[in-house]
Amino acid sequence: MPPMHSVANHHYRKFKNAWMNTLAIACALLVISPLGFILFYLIRQGASSVNWAFFTNLPAPVGQIGGGMGNAIVGTLELLLLASLVGVPIGVLGGIYLSEYGGERINDWIRFWADVLNGIPSIVWGIVAYALVVKSPVEGHSLWSDAWHHLRVVAHTLVGLPMKGFSAYAGGLALGFMMIPLILRTTEEVLVLVPRSYREAALALGLPQWKTVVRIVLPTALKGIVTGVLLAMARVAGETAPLLFTAFGNNYWNRNLAEPVAAVPLQIFNYAISPYDDWHRQAWAGALVLMAIILTINIVVRIISRGYKSN
Amino acid sequence: MSLSAAPVAAATPMERGSRLGNRIFYLLCLAGALAIGMLLLLVAYQLFKGSYLAMKQFGWGFLVHSDWDPVNEIYGALPFIYGTFVTAAIALLIAVPLSVGTAIYLTDLAPLWLRQPLVSIIEMLAAVPSVIWGLWGIFVLVPCLRVAVYPLLQKWFGFLPIFQGPIYGIGYLTAGIIVAIMILPIVTSVAREILRSVPNLQREAAYALGATRWEVTRIAVLSYAKRGLFGAAILGLGRALGETMAVTMVIGNNTEISRSLFAPGYTLASVIANEFTEASTDMSISVLFELGLVLLGLTIAINIVAQFMIRAISSPETRRVA
Repeated sequence: MPPMHSVANHHYRKFKNAWMNTLAIACALLVISPLGFILFYLIRQGASSVNWAFFTNLPAPVGQIGGGMGNAIVGTLELLLLASLVGVPIGVLGGIYLSEYGGERINDWIRFWADVLNGIPSIVWGIVAYALVVKSPVEGHSLWSDAWHHLRVVAHTLVGLPMKGFSAYAGGLALGFMMIPLILRTTEEVLVLVPRSYREAALALGLPQWKTVVRIVLPTALKGIVTGVLLAMARVAGETAPLLFTAFGNNYWNRNLAEPVAAVPLQIFNYAISPYDDWHRQAWAGALVLMAIILTINIVVRIISRGYKSN
Repeated sequence: MSLSAAPVAAATPMERGSRLGNRIFYLLCLAGALAIGMLLLLVAYQLFKGSYLAMKQFGWGFLVHSDWDPVNEIYGALPFIYGTFVTAAIALLIAVPLSVGTAIYLTDLAPLWLRQPLVSIIEMLAAVPSVIWGLWGIFVLVPCLRVAVYPLLQKWFGFLPIFQGPIYGIGYLTAGIIVAIMILPIVTSVAREILRSVPNLQREAAYALGATRWEVTRIAVLSYAKRGLFGAAILGLGRALGETMAVTMVIGNNTEISRSLFAPGYTLASVIANEFTEASTDMSISVLFELGLVLLGLTIAINIVAQFMIRAISSPETRRVA
């Protein structure tokens, strides 16, 4: 530290303090400014193309007016539903384990690896879903690949799951994988907020532990769990990379989950890299709608959970 | 009711039922928790299996060769590894100082009423999907950089090889800037949690010695939180390496290594995104699996390091952001 006695030094220190203060404010302004930019351009470029037809029509060929993203919007909802079927049960059950059963050590490990899983690039999940669902079985046999093959045959005969090829199932699975660690973490966080005395009271009344969890703990924390699920859905709703070679995209309505399906982010990507102005306008409109949905979920969740976590 | 009189062995059918229920429910929950480990194994196994063909053919040389010639089935991953690290380095250079500055402002300087709104705005920023950044990048950022920013950079710093050559607008630097914007929110919120976990006693001690606000920040806060902030930066690196869509849209998709930052390039994630649906032979698919494996290995290793560094300093309550 410099000596602190001279007057000149005092002035220098005050000046430096003010300068660093300004610098920190400038940083904060720079960090939040991109949100302003993106919202401004989304509205300016996209608002004029968002109309009723946009929500109900199929994409139109270049040069034709009145095209829309109806199929992509429905497709995104289908994918989110499928992803939730994978992500919500596993994530919530895992979260219950952490808060109700696990010891400190194992919990630390599971949290650690869940956070590491969160850091895996989304495109990698796409590759995994591709390998599991899309790719046709390769030559050669191993215990695992045989077992998986039989499982697929069973699934195929029972519920008509596809044997191979791009499909809504594949896209939903990729997004579902991504939701698991997100939901596990948020579920645990809200479950540990449920007072211990609730559990003790239920157990003292003779309820078995599993009923205590299902009937007392889960309903008490329901709002928080739903919040976490919604945030996870908002997060994966905008994902494009894991869908490129799983859901693949489709110019028509998807009538069968075993077939390729359109999704809003995929459509935005395809339109954005096309050379046509018409399609660029559609891309902006799609981006505006997607952003509006995601921001709405985020804001609603924030209002619901206000005061839920104190700090 | 006397406790000692309770018969232990004679369980009623109801008790047996609830014991079975407890058992089943416990196993279900355990399976949910173990799914985390299973997922990790599944990812690694599938990528190894998928890239077996390419590994057998090219060995370790795959990582250091720079030729990419699908027609003749010659593949080297170096241009993509290079592009991935160059864009991530640019992104970190831009994002880390800005994020740390913002985190300092949010924890120590900003008026109290302003803090929560600012944090909310930053969380909103994190919610913007990659593909929307890419769209904005193509139509707003690229033209702006090409016309206004890059020519100036070239005029002032053109003596450096990294700022020479033709300007297209798309390229390593543009991708780096977009990735920087995208990792700002996560690095900022982790850095903020780290700074919040610095004990107030530290600050009070420095104030008591007559330090100015900045001196308090520098001496008491930053030096205390150094390791955690480094962890935040590493976490940002992990995210930067894996960014896919926005990078794919602005990096220019060129399989050659260029010294200039203005030149178009490729990253691991973006080459997978672009080539996967066009890959027709078993070998070309296998090569893309191996690129995915390289990406997975890098991001897992970096995330493990980052989590350790962040956990070492932050308290359990503040960990959730990472």
